[in-house]
Amino acid sequence: MAQLKDVARYVRSKAAGPFWITVDIFFPSREVFDSSKDAPELATTAIERALRLEPGSAKRVDVPDLAVIKYAYPRRHAQGGAFERDMHGGQQFVPLLELEI
Amino acid sequence: MTDFEDTLVVVPVGALGAGIDPEHVEAGLAQGAHAIALDAGSTDSGPSCLATGISKYSREAVKSDLRVLMAARAQYGVPLLIGTCGTAGGDAGVAWTLDIAREVASELGQSPKIATLHSELTREQLLARLEAGQISPLAPLGPLDAATVERCEHIVALMGPEPYIAALQDGADIVLGGRTTDTAVIAAVPLMRGAGAGAAWHAGKISECGGLCTVDPTDGGVLIKVGREAFEVWPLSAQNRCDVYSVSSHMLYENSDPFILTEPGGVLDVTQAQYAPIGERGVRVTGSQFLPRPYTMKLEGAALGPFQTLMWVGIADPAVLAVVDGFVATLHAALVERVRKVMGLAPETFDISLRPYGWNAVSGLPTAEGTAPPREIGLMFVATAETQDLATRIARTCNPYFFHFPVRRGKELPSYGFPFSPAEVERGRAYDFVLNHVVATQDGLELVRRDMIDSKTPEIA
Repeated sequence: MAQLKDVARYVRSKAAGPFWITVDIFFPSREVFDSSKDAPELATTAIERALRLEPGSAKRVDVPDLAVIKYAYPRRHAQGGAFERDMHGGQQFVPLLELEI
Repeated sequence: MTDFEDTLVVVPVGALGAGIDPEHVEAGLAQGAHAIALDAGSTDSGPSCLATGISKYSREAVKSDLRVLMAARAQYGVPLLIGTCGTAGGDAGVAWTLDIAREVASELGQSPKIATLHSELTREQLLARLEAGQISPLAPLGPLDAATVERCEHIVALMGPEPYIAALQDGADIVLGGRTTDTAVIAAVPLMRGAGAGAAWHAGKISECGGLCTVDPTDGGVLIKVGREAFEVWPLSAQNRCDVYSVSSHMLYENSDPFILTEPGGVLDVTQAQYAPIGERGVRVTGSQFLPRPYTMKLEGAALGPFQTLMWVGIADPAVLAVVDGFVATLHAALVERVRKVMGLAPETFDISLRPYGWNAVSGLPTAEGTAPPREIGLMFVATAETQDLATRIARTCNPYFFHFPVRRGKELPSYGFPFSPAEVERGRAYDFVLNHVVATQDGLELVRRDMIDSKTPEIA
C-alpha cells in the first residue's frame, strides 16, 4: 500500500465549464497505470467519498495511452457565486493525495 | 503532409491580453500562415465578466497584444480572427475590443476592414426560443424556466465557425467575435479552405490554449497545419517543442470527456486519433472525426447576486491555533447571534462566512484528525446581504467581536492582526452563472449579428 501522491506523477483538478470539475491522475508509466487502475480507493464511489460528493455524481474515463484516470463531477454550486472558494477548481484534487492505493 | 491544401494558422497565445512575443508571431507567419486566430475569453474567471461586461485583462494588456497582431497581420496580409472578445464575449466586450482595435489602427496608420460578430441575446429572444421548445438542458441542470431567464443580466450563445467564415467572405481583415467556442475560431479558416472537418476541429481543440500543448507552455504559441486527413502542431518558439504526450494530453484539459467534444453543429470524436512525432519538434495527428449533428449553440447567462463586505485578521497566537475549528465555530455563532439581536435581522436575510486560510479555508472540509496546528492563519470574514450597505453594517456590527474574540471566556481580550483601516472592504456584488443549456438553430448564422466597420471612418458619437 502506498499513498496516491507517491504513486502518481501528477494529480490536478480544474473547472470544466461553470458547472463541472474534472480531476486527472497522471501515472508515471503504463505499467503503474495498469497496476493502479483497479485499486478500490480509485473506484468512482471511493472518489465520491473522499471529495464528499453526492453518491452517483462522478464519472470516470480511463485513458490508457496517457496513463491517466480522469474523473468529472458537478460542482455543488455553479462557479463563482457568493460562496465560491476555488474559482478554477484548481485545488480540489488535494483530498485525493493521501488515498491509500 | 506538405500538399498544397494545407491551411496554416498561427495561434499565438491562449488568451488575447496574456502577452504575445512578436518574434514568435513573425516566425509562424514567415512559414506562409494563412491566418492568425485566437480567443480572448473564458468562463474561468467566473460570472462577473459576463454580468458586467468588463474584461478580466486590462485595456493596456489587450492593446499591447492587439498591436503586435495587427502589425504582423498587415505586414503579411493575412486575416486576424479573435473569439470571445472582452473575456465574456457579450456585446460590451466586442465594443470594448473594437474601440482598442480602432485606436491601434490609427496609431499604426492602418485602415483594416473590421467585422464584428455579436451573439448576445436578449431575455425576450431567449424566452421566445423557450416558448418554441428550442432550449434543452445540459447536465447537471434541468429544463429551463422563464424565471431563470428573467434573472439573467446578460446572455450569450457560443458561436461556431460559420460567422467567421461569412465575415472573411465579406472581405474582413480582422474579425472581432463575441462568445465563440475556443475551437471554432481556430478551425474557421481551415474549414473555409476545405480542410477536413475532423482535422480542423481537433487542431482547434489542441491549440486553443496556445502553447499549453507544447513541452514548455511558457514559451510562445503554436502553428497548426491542417490538411484533409491530418494536421500538424508546431511550436512558434525555436527553443520549444511539441511531443506526442504534450499534444495528446491536451485533450484532457478542462474537459469532462477527453475523447468526445460537442461543438456547434457536430461532435468531435478523437477515439481513433493517432499521434506521431515529426522530427524533434512537431506532432502529426490522424484519425480525428467530426460527426455532424443538428445545429445547437450553448448558452451562458449571468445573473445578479447579493453584495459582500469583507474583513480580515491574521492570527499567530498559539492558544488560538491549537483549537482553530472550535474557535471559528464559537466565533461564528457569536457573530450571527450579535447581528440577529442588534440589527433584528432574520437568519435567512444574511450570511456570515468565516474562512481560516492556512487551515481549511480552500476546501471548507474538516481537517484530518491529528493535523498539526498551523504557524498562523488568515481568517477571512465575508458578510453577504441584499445590499452593499447592509453587508457593510453587518460587518461593522461584528467589528469588535471579530477583532477581539477571546479563545476562552473569562480571559483578557486579545487583538488579532488586522491590516486595514477602515477594517472592512466593500467588494461589491456577487454574480451567478445560471444557464447550462443549448438552443437549437437552423444554422450557425441565424442568431448572429454581423457588422463591417471601415476603420478609416471616424466613429459617430
